[in-house]
Amino acid sequence: MSEALIVPTMAEYLAQGKSPEVLFWVGCAGSFDDRAKKITKAFVKILNNCGIDFAVLGTEESCTGDPAKRAGNEFLFQMQAMANIQTLDEYKIKKIVTTCPHCFNTLKNEYPNLGGHYHVMHHTQFLKDLLNEGRLKVEGGKFKGKRITFHDPCYLGRANNEYEAPRDLLKKLEVELIEMRRCKSNGLCCGAGGAQMFKDAEAGTKEIYVERTEEALEIKPSIIATGCPFCNTMVTDGVKSKEKEAEVQVLDIAEMIVNAEDIT
Amino acid sequence: MQYIPNILFLIVLFLGIGFFIKNCKKIIRNIKLGQKVDISDHKKTRWNNVFRIALGQSKMVARPLSGLLHIIVYIGFVVINIEVLEIIIDGLFGTHRIFSGLGIFYNILIASFEILALLVLVSVVIFWIRRNFKKIKRFWSPEMKGWPKNDANIILYFEMVLMSLFLLMNVSDLQLQILGADHYNTAGSFPVSSYLLPLFENLSETSLIIFERTAWWLHIIGIFVFLNYLYYSKHLHILLAFPNVYHGSVEPKGKFKNLESVTTEVKLMMDPNQDPFATPTTESDVPAKFGASDVLDLNRTQLLNAYTCTECGRCTSNCPANQTGKKLSPRKIMMDTRDRLEEIGKNIDRNGHFKDDNKQLLDNYITREELWACTTCNACVESCPVSIDPLSIIMDMRQYLVMEQSAAPNELNISMTNIENNGAPWPYNQMDRLNWKKN
Repeated sequence: MSEALIVPTMAEYLAQGKSPEVLFWVGCAGSFDDRAKKITKAFVKILNNCGIDFAVLGTEESCTGDPAKRAGNEFLFQMQAMANIQTLDEYKIKKIVTTCPHCFNTLKNEYPNLGGHYHVMHHTQFLKDLLNEGRLKVEGGKFKGKRITFHDPCYLGRANNEYEAPRDLLKKLEVELIEMRRCKSNGLCCGAGGAQMFKDAEAGTKEIYVERTEEALEIKPSIIATGCPFCNTMVTDGVKSKEKEAEVQVLDIAEMIVNAEDIT
Repeated sequence: MQYIPNILFLIVLFLGIGFFIKNCKKIIRNIKLGQKVDISDHKKTRWNNVFRIALGQSKMVARPLSGLLHIIVYIGFVVINIEVLEIIIDGLFGTHRIFSGLGIFYNILIASFEILALLVLVSVVIFWIRRNFKKIKRFWSPEMKGWPKNDANIILYFEMVLMSLFLLMNVSDLQLQILGADHYNTAGSFPVSSYLLPLFENLSETSLIIFERTAWWLHIIGIFVFLNYLYYSKHLHILLAFPNVYHGSVEPKGKFKNLESVTTEVKLMMDPNQDPFATPTTESDVPAKFGASDVLDLNRTQLLNAYTCTECGRCTSNCPANQTGKKLSPRKIMMDTRDRLEEIGKNIDRNGHFKDDNKQLLDNYITREELWACTTCNACVESCPVSIDPLSIIMDMRQYLVMEQSAAPNELNISMTNIENNGAPWPYNQMDRLNWKKN
């Protein structure tokens, strides 16, 4: 299956004197985290399947600096950002798509002040565009009629006001979309943002991811859909802590699209 | 002799407005202790926000019951203030119901004031019951103990008394009109207070006049006392909500501000033509303090935010950290900021300038534990009905902790070292970044 993935790098494109339609920014989680790597592959499968002309930076990609900035280390953030902008500008990148809302937010909102101006899209927005342009076909398949809820990533939803793209894709999958009590602009964080992913939580009465997962389980979904590798990790942990992994799956929307169609 | 009431009124007016202006100047001085901000951009969006969020109360209705009650009190406050204008003219010139010449329009005005006064009274009583007898979590947080709770109740009592005095003033006036007393010409329509008429039927004209005048005076004096109470209370939002919303962010919430002083430094570091051993030649070359450890490091918008906060607690009740029992409460961040700013203001009042008091916002007011519990999810910012941004203060203080004190939690230091060394928060080699393709 892995042989089927076609993942050209920018360096290879440059060597052939070509430039791709879009750069796929994989992100640290998408590159290294075992669970998130599956999302990366799923998204690439869709890109391959739709014949999208894309490339990745590969070993030239480096952390956007999001966790550093949100931890308060503006120095490290700006060093990362300026180095990345240098790389992106050398390749004359115009358009970027990423499966991570944190990379998305940082590239889109925080790089312009440091001289990096790109058209940045979250993968759900990108896939929705492909759908509208007729380049991607999505049908219900195995998710048709299933009870599915979407957990809004903070950095896609509240931070950038994108609530509809992921939901539009789920509707195309003909699922029974059910909403949690706190959703969209009122959505509850998974607990990973602001560099919390990389440290233990402060003392409290409960873990945030447990609170969020309990809320999701209340409405009895068969799948909790996400659009963020960190939310995915947190909610997956939550489902495990409630011993519900046999009944409830946590999937990225890209994975759902791939699974629905059995794209290989 | 006949001008004594006019002179008394002038004194009351002078004192009421005089003290108010004095306190306003103090607020403005204190806010100006903060760093300058440029809000000359996006004028159209900013005005749009003022109309939609402040005037239009668009964010209040996220909580339907308290939102609706608040809108009633808000409309009542704005509309009934037209009556204050008439009271001031009457008081200064010894006239009585000077606007009554407006005829039917005057009747409509008074009638709507009365209906609003009743609605406000009912709403305020419901607010009081909700705050004191219903266990609504946001009213029972640790930071609401003591003065903040009393303050909230005092405000509600003020409003109850003012609305009652307004209605009592009207009903005694109406009874005097019915009796045909001098100066009390028939004017106004009293759809609410007329129900109280039976209580006043047996009173003599003299007692009625005393009653009416007392209610009239207490009502206007009460308004001036309330106006001056604002500065000492959490209630400044009735004035500051408007400039505060204008100052509010017009960028996507995920866009955190860029620290220019750092940009300058990083550019120097990355410039191969720079001499790394050069000593700073001008004052501007000396790096500024990074982040905020005290309120004077914050910017003016953040300080205005602190004065505007009315401690409603929507931010805290939507905060994921607070909901799961962590110490962080965005409302407390705002309250602490204001308390510390007030403390510095009083220090300046006493000493003519700020005399170091060995205190600061960090540690003396806001603990590190609170700051590190934030997930930067923006729920607090989203839920504030008047565009206050507690998150920006948390971020500025984290910047101080990390860049000035190297005091991040150890696990974060490890992650940041990883980012520095291998371009990812985990210890994986950057050269392995494409390995996902293989397995």
